[in-house]
Amino acid sequence: MAITQLSVFLENSPGRLAEAVRIISDAEVNIRAMSLADTKDFGILRIIVSDADKAKSTLSANYIVMETRVIAVKMDDQAGALNNILQTLEKAQINVEYMYAFTGSESYSAYVVLRVDDLEHAEEVLAESGMPTLTDEKLKAIL
Amino acid sequence: MKNYYQKEIETAPREKILEIQNEKLRKQIRHVYDNVKYYRDLMDQKGVKPDDIRTVDDIKFLPFLSKADLREAYPYGLLGTDLKNCVRIHSTSGTTGKRVVAFYTQHDIDIWEECCARAIVAAGGTDEDVCQVCYGYGLFTGGSGLHGGSHKVGCLTLPMSSGNTDRQIQFMMDLGSTIICCTPSYAAYIGETLAEMGYKPEDNKLKAGIFGAEPWTEEMRRSIEKSLGIKAYDIYGLTETSGPGVSFECEEQSGMHINEDHFYAEIIDPDTGEVLPEGSKGELVFTALDKEAFPLIRYRTRDICTLSRKECSCGRTHVKMSKPMGRSDDMMIIRGVNVFPSQIETVLLKEGYTPNYQIVVDRERNNDTFDVYVELNPDQFSDKVSDIQNRERTLESAMRTMLGIGPKMHLVAPKTITRSEGKAVRVIDKRKLHD
Repeated sequence: MAITQLSVFLENSPGRLAEAVRIISDAEVNIRAMSLADTKDFGILRIIVSDADKAKSTLSANYIVMETRVIAVKMDDQAGALNNILQTLEKAQINVEYMYAFTGSESYSAYVVLRVDDLEHAEEVLAESGMPTLTDEKLKAIL
Repeated sequence: MKNYYQKEIETAPREKILEIQNEKLRKQIRHVYDNVKYYRDLMDQKGVKPDDIRTVDDIKFLPFLSKADLREAYPYGLLGTDLKNCVRIHSTSGTTGKRVVAFYTQHDIDIWEECCARAIVAAGGTDEDVCQVCYGYGLFTGGSGLHGGSHKVGCLTLPMSSGNTDRQIQFMMDLGSTIICCTPSYAAYIGETLAEMGYKPEDNKLKAGIFGAEPWTEEMRRSIEKSLGIKAYDIYGLTETSGPGVSFECEEQSGMHINEDHFYAEIIDPDTGEVLPEGSKGELVFTALDKEAFPLIRYRTRDICTLSRKECSCGRTHVKMSKPMGRSDDMMIIRGVNVFPSQIETVLLKEGYTPNYQIVVDRERNNDTFDVYVELNPDQFSDKVSDIQNRERTLESAMRTMLGIGPKMHLVAPKTITRSEGKAVRVIDKRKLHD
């Protein structure tokens, strides 16, 4: 379960992000979702891509890259959808480290990506509440 | 089985060494007084005559020479013989001011190369070894010194000079180098490059490395030994005294034996100039006992270390000097606290970081800023910002414990800190630009 996210360590200086993105582009890998955490000195680029292995191997020549398992959950495009997910996690006392969202190819659908401190438990409680999490295979199908 | 190049002198009893030193010293002071006007004037000012110097105990009456004297006497002022007797010069990089030019007669070259040969043999070198010399060749003493020493031992010598790492590795692998000589930072870089190319430490034939020309720590030694699969030996010297080989490590790796039949060493209080008793920490001072062309007497090296005559298991009887804490030139005064780059390196390697770091000191609104940049290892990376920031905080507190003041730590991506093929640039002190 869960899906693969690539996390890339970037120096916070002009051109570093552009260069990383260029490398992914040259490898003909599609970036489906991304988030960038930044500090004064460095940034961490987090991406969900069409071919994680290929992106990782090309990026690794120049960057520190790691695979992180994250949860992706489908949300209805309506008020309260994200709230449902977060309430479920809160009840189970699961801490969210960070999150971001992307849209799927079907209309009116959005997905939230969550990095949590207890991945298996989070998937369990979300499934119990009728919110199944994506797998790498399912992710491929909706992209 | 002990390895000596010149067993008789290297293991001579103390009294014998003293006898040699006293005899050479008397002759040398006479030689310098008669031939080097600059030093004769200094002796006359102090009221010391060559006849006053009977034994090494009298050396304390002689005036010191410092880097400032060398600059003032540049280029020929300290020459001890006619230029027609000289066969070569070497020169310092001149990074701390005007270059120093040192002269050599053939005799001077011979004793220098012998000293280097002793170092190579102490590291296990024989005429069956393949010795890859990747110190710079040219004005810098590193290449020539080890090259000459390697010839004397009879090693197959690879005069690679520094740089062109791909070619270094190709020759190392194809010709089966067994000994490598370079700066420790370059050795670390070669190790790193080998690993990147997919080589394991046991894939090369190296057994020993002789590393010097810049300060390095015990932690860096272990890291180089691991990455190259070798035993790493320290070697010490400076252009002013000839070059590398003034002292060298034996298999004990617990200090460097000074070639006392050629160099007399003292430890002095850098502030008062007073000679300190054995074991005290202070500035290292050398007197060249038998150099002809550039015979420096009581030359202040600015290196801070200790001397020890404790018996060594290798059988050598020559005094050992500790690894210098750093040249007093390398010492930074940051917010009033003395900081040596070697202390920072010690903390970084202890905490599991690479020896790829840079120290930047600057001044903002009359306050010193102190920043240390170090490359993150891939296995230390996390996708969480807080994990990386915690790493920085942990390092800052370890630094504060070691130094008394805490730098701002910055973890940076691999290969963003420039690698050196010669002496590493560890410190960028921008305060000098403002003064």
